[in-house]
Amino acid sequence: MYQYFYDLTGNTILATLIVAVFPLVNVLIVALIGVYLERKVSAWIQDRVGPNRTGPFGLFQTVADFVKMLQKEDATAKDIDSKLYNIAPVLVFTGSFAAYAAIPFSSKLIGSEAEVGLFYVIAISSLVVGGILMAGWSSNNKYSLLGAMRSAAQIISYEIPTAIIVLSIVMLTGTLSLDKISNMQTAYFWNWNIFGGAEFGIAKFLLIPFMVVGFIIIFISTLAEVNRTPFDIPEAESELVAGYFTVYCGMKWAMFMLSEYGNMFAVSAIVSILFFGGYHSPIGYLGNSLGIEWLIPFEQAFWFLAKGWLFILIQMWLRWTLPRLRVDQLMSLCWKYLIPYAFVNLIIIGVISLL
Amino acid sequence: MALKTEHMVLNMGPQHPSTHGVLRLELEIEGELVKKVTPHLGYLHRCFEKHAEAMQYNQVVPYTDRLDYLAAIGNNFGYALAVEKLLGIEVPERVEYIRVIMAELQRIASHLVAIGSNGADIGALTPFLYLFRDREHILSIIEETCGARMLYNYIWIGGLSHDIHPDFVRKTKEFCNYFKPTIVELDNLLSYNKIFIERTANIGVLPVDTAINFGSSGPTLRGSGIKFDLRRDDPYSIYDRFDFEIPVGKGLMGIVGDCWDRYYVRIREMEQSLRIIEQAIDHIPEGDVQSAIPKRIKPPKGTVYKRVENPRGELGYFIISDGTVNPFRVKVRAPSFVNLEVLGELCKGYLVADVIAILGSIDIVLGEVDR
Repeated sequence: MYQYFYDLTGNTILATLIVAVFPLVNVLIVALIGVYLERKVSAWIQDRVGPNRTGPFGLFQTVADFVKMLQKEDATAKDIDSKLYNIAPVLVFTGSFAAYAAIPFSSKLIGSEAEVGLFYVIAISSLVVGGILMAGWSSNNKYSLLGAMRSAAQIISYEIPTAIIVLSIVMLTGTLSLDKISNMQTAYFWNWNIFGGAEFGIAKFLLIPFMVVGFIIIFISTLAEVNRTPFDIPEAESELVAGYFTVYCGMKWAMFMLSEYGNMFAVSAIVSILFFGGYHSPIGYLGNSLGIEWLIPFEQAFWFLAKGWLFILIQMWLRWTLPRLRVDQLMSLCWKYLIPYAFVNLIIIGVISLL
Repeated sequence: MALKTEHMVLNMGPQHPSTHGVLRLELEIEGELVKKVTPHLGYLHRCFEKHAEAMQYNQVVPYTDRLDYLAAIGNNFGYALAVEKLLGIEVPERVEYIRVIMAELQRIASHLVAIGSNGADIGALTPFLYLFRDREHILSIIEETCGARMLYNYIWIGGLSHDIHPDFVRKTKEFCNYFKPTIVELDNLLSYNKIFIERTANIGVLPVDTAINFGSSGPTLRGSGIKFDLRRDDPYSIYDRFDFEIPVGKGLMGIVGDCWDRYYVRIREMEQSLRIIEQAIDHIPEGDVQSAIPKRIKPPKGTVYKRVENPRGELGYFIISDGTVNPFRVKVRAPSFVNLEVLGELCKGYLVADVIAILGSIDIVLGEVDR
């Protein structure tokens, strides 16, 4: 994408800026739609109407909220560690925003075609933990501190099963590039990794059950990583008020929220790239059959967004259906079940891939 | 040198999403482990008992609404029965039937809030809204009859404030038919939810002897497996005419007397309330609901204690009369207040998240605790 804009503008700085703004715009749009959708989905599930006053179907509700947030006074509590307190939301937001740089939205719409994209996304998302710990510590509030400790423990623990499952995919595909992983699952949906990958043979059919298990494990652990119910323990509203961002308000609070929704889409995107063909269409391209070359990237972007939002909808569905686990149950789920199963899965997939 | 560590003191409340009002809990915690819980009361104290002394007997009724504001009819009921006993009034059959039906409707409404907020404390927000939707049906039925949705001032000394609305019988029957499947739905959605069971079973176990020693009553006591219900054991009004069971905690998911048992007892009690309503609704006799209301209430000298089974437990009114139009003393034995005492025992050794679950399962109403 950088090369394209460089050719277009002939200016390195301008091209860099455009490429850098792209993930920012993305994360903002995702957050706006995400918050709106969360409200609507929860309303549908709970037999309510949901936002319906601001704009058609209440579509501008989140925009209005966003404007309100901007106008709010930046009230701060007494005796906070103001340096850390101010850096924390930025750091948390950076973590989720930077992940978008490497996510391929279509074959043309990639912030950076880094060879180590997958590695980069996992690494950069961990910035969030630092921000959360900073927020919890600097707020000078016991609820925040408890929330931050829970959150750090949770996110770090659940990164392990995620990483193991990612590893098993990397073992099969032999690349860390998100674009290349997507490209390996091209054409039709039976080439997706969850259906054993593109190579046809006995290994493909042997892989399917383990891929499904892998998908379930990674889905559960990404849910925990983005602090969604049933794993929303760090911000457990009925216990810790709001967890690590209890004392934040106004725009700083909004940044935590933005990053939460940004993260939701990011992990959904990663899951869909690893298991569901990334931006590739499950049923072939209209552009190919019609012979219109330029239509294909748009179709790809559509499929990618569709898959991402599908997972977000599942996350919301779970959130509004299930109660919340307790912190020790959460940890035992991770260490006693997910990590061992993920390891066994990794080994079996490794053995099968050698066949 | 050994590192010196202290317990952290966490103030939960009076402003907190799940202390059910303005309860303040002082938690001594070690990490997430709760070492000690001290409830601090009085944030909602409104001097009800002192206030009642300056009122005439009939003027106290609206104030009783505000004790357990989720079960206002039960409060009216107890107070009216106490004063009627003091006066020696017999109320008409029709009044008795309507009172019982109203009290049972109110019991369902109150349990719906209790169950819903217990679930919401554990993170299940959707059942909470479903239950409020169902509660809405009851509120509209009562609203049609007496005009109020929460603080009814409905049961007066010797009668009722209004006769029932012409649609009352039909709508109540409709509600009974509507509500039975939703209990099944609730069971599927929340009661047998794996995560919910994980969070409530074996948590906050209240042994039988502790429950008795602390004077617990209502679902808190019955959750521990004791079949004690004033409607059966000290029948008042016309409860002895109806056939109903008293559900008790059996430890289906864990130990007898855990949070899940207390939760489950409430659900089964709603079914029994429906049974009572269905038995009573077709037999409401004709009559005037205000015929027995005394013109001037001036009871003879003496004392009276009358207790009723409110949704939260044994609600008792102890009234001293000095022969004037004002009561000399009105003492309320509030079930929430007594049940709350046991919280400190229940929470020891559990995690912070469990304190919320336990508090939700005891189901207190601060209006009644502080009075």
